[in-house]
Amino acid sequence: MSARATFLLTLLLGTATALSLAVPWGDLAALFEEDRRLVWAVLVELRAPRTLLALIYGATLAASGAAVQALFANPLASPDLTGTTSGAALGAVVTAYLIGLSSPLALSLGAVAGALGALLLLLALAGPRAETATLLLAGLAISALAGALTTLALALAPSPFAFYDAYDWLMGSLVDRSLAQAAFAGIPAAIAILLLLRLSRPLDALALGEEVAESMGYRIAHLRRWVVCLTAVGVGACVAICGAIGFVGLVAPIFARGLTGGHPGRALWPAALIGALLLAAADLAVRAAPLGRTLPIGVLTALLGAPFFLWLVANMRWRMSR
Amino acid sequence: MIRATDIALAGRLQPLSLALEPGALVCLVGPNGSGKTSLLHALAGIGAPAGRVEIDGVEVKSAPRAQRARLLSFLPASRDIHWPLAGRDAIALSGASAAQVEAAIDLLDLGTLATRRMDRLSTGERSRILIARALAPEPALLLLDEPTANLDPLWQLRLLDLLHGRSALVAMHDLDDAAAHADRLIVMNEGRVAADGPPEEVMAGPAIGAVFGIERASGRWRPLRTQGGPRSSR
Repeated sequence: MSARATFLLTLLLGTATALSLAVPWGDLAALFEEDRRLVWAVLVELRAPRTLLALIYGATLAASGAAVQALFANPLASPDLTGTTSGAALGAVVTAYLIGLSSPLALSLGAVAGALGALLLLLALAGPRAETATLLLAGLAISALAGALTTLALALAPSPFAFYDAYDWLMGSLVDRSLAQAAFAGIPAAIAILLLLRLSRPLDALALGEEVAESMGYRIAHLRRWVVCLTAVGVGACVAICGAIGFVGLVAPIFARGLTGGHPGRALWPAALIGALLLAAADLAVRAAPLGRTLPIGVLTALLGAPFFLWLVANMRWRMSR
Repeated sequence: MIRATDIALAGRLQPLSLALEPGALVCLVGPNGSGKTSLLHALAGIGAPAGRVEIDGVEVKSAPRAQRARLLSFLPASRDIHWPLAGRDAIALSGASAAQVEAAIDLLDLGTLATRRMDRLSTGERSRILIARALAPEPALLLLDEPTANLDPLWQLRLLDLLHGRSALVAMHDLDDAAAHADRLIVMNEGRVAADGPPEEVMAGPAIGAVFGIERASGRWRPLRTQGGPRSSR
């Protein structure tokens, strides 16, 4: 990534962060007149968790997306399309409503286990270097299964309000989370991202094929285990707190590779920055939307991401038929 | 000097030891499934092989990655695209310096082909990119699996000329090409070395007929007509 691109991305990210904290500005200005300590409280207690979650969740989805795409040698792989997010959501729902544990730690562990299960199932179903169709079909099957099981778990839940409770969360939401919750998602996710970034080089080498990467001294089985576990931890921790948010993990790496000459591994870092930027921007858009109530952010990313995905598929088909 | 001691791959390659002289082009021939690729894999450290490979006194397995790129490189038989990189970027991933990358691009006369995405090249053009990637870091040992496959006749000749003077172990199918260009010829069969020596000796010996089930008659190769079949079926 060029110095200019890095500078521009950092600048945009800084702006999005500042806006995310400052908007709506009117409330803050009014509070400033009354009591300055209240301004601080609003910023730290109410707004910072949302901003932090948008940044870290976006970065996690994008870095995991880039890593999973490199691992499967497939630019259409991403945590949501491969069923990882649905698996994490299932894990969290089962933990909360069937097992009855709703502490952030229990939810996170449940979601990580769900994500891990979904990824291992994907590897078993589609194989490590799957064709696009196989990969997407396996992902679709896992998403459908996890979705059905999530609904079943909610239907079997002792609480009569389970569906209502879980609805906003399932659609993906960053609203009304505490700093502690943000830390529960953010710390494991940040560790997962940092460790994923260390895999940039082996993931680049894998672009030359497994045999060549192994002859260069990389242990591919080892690499696969790390990517799967780190993706599960990062995505699981975020889903446990914010629910399932789609398409950022697909879109951000594609933009990032435009900056890194198409290298799959080197795209991890810019992808993380772009993912953070995308989700922070989406959150700003959700707040600005004149709907009377807050739209779940997952709805917005799906509304924007799904047409992009369709365009990608159409583009691939067009290229193949040429 | 390149020394492999007791290298083996479970079920594919029986334990064997091998020494290769620097600068010698060694051709590896054998029927399908005879263990040519397995031998290359075992030397390249692919698929967790047993044994020890030492190049110029350095054990490959424990060498740091930057050093390993200067010790050996491997060209797989498959020309599949794993990721749609541009040729030059793929060559640069070998660990070669910028100057070495440009030298390899010139050596294989890639020119503008190197700037195009590999999935938009023909199989032969892609082969040249992948060969350039293997040659670029100027490693002490080249392990090439059927490098001449998919190349046009002129490029097959140019490649074999290019390999002269480099330490290379090259698997190939054309016996005449192998015999004509190699400094040493190794015949593989059923995961073992069936013959090993100067090409003239090996080609004149009994191994070719016994392993491949072919013979040379009036200047052409033809199936052997001996009784009982030339080689045991696997």
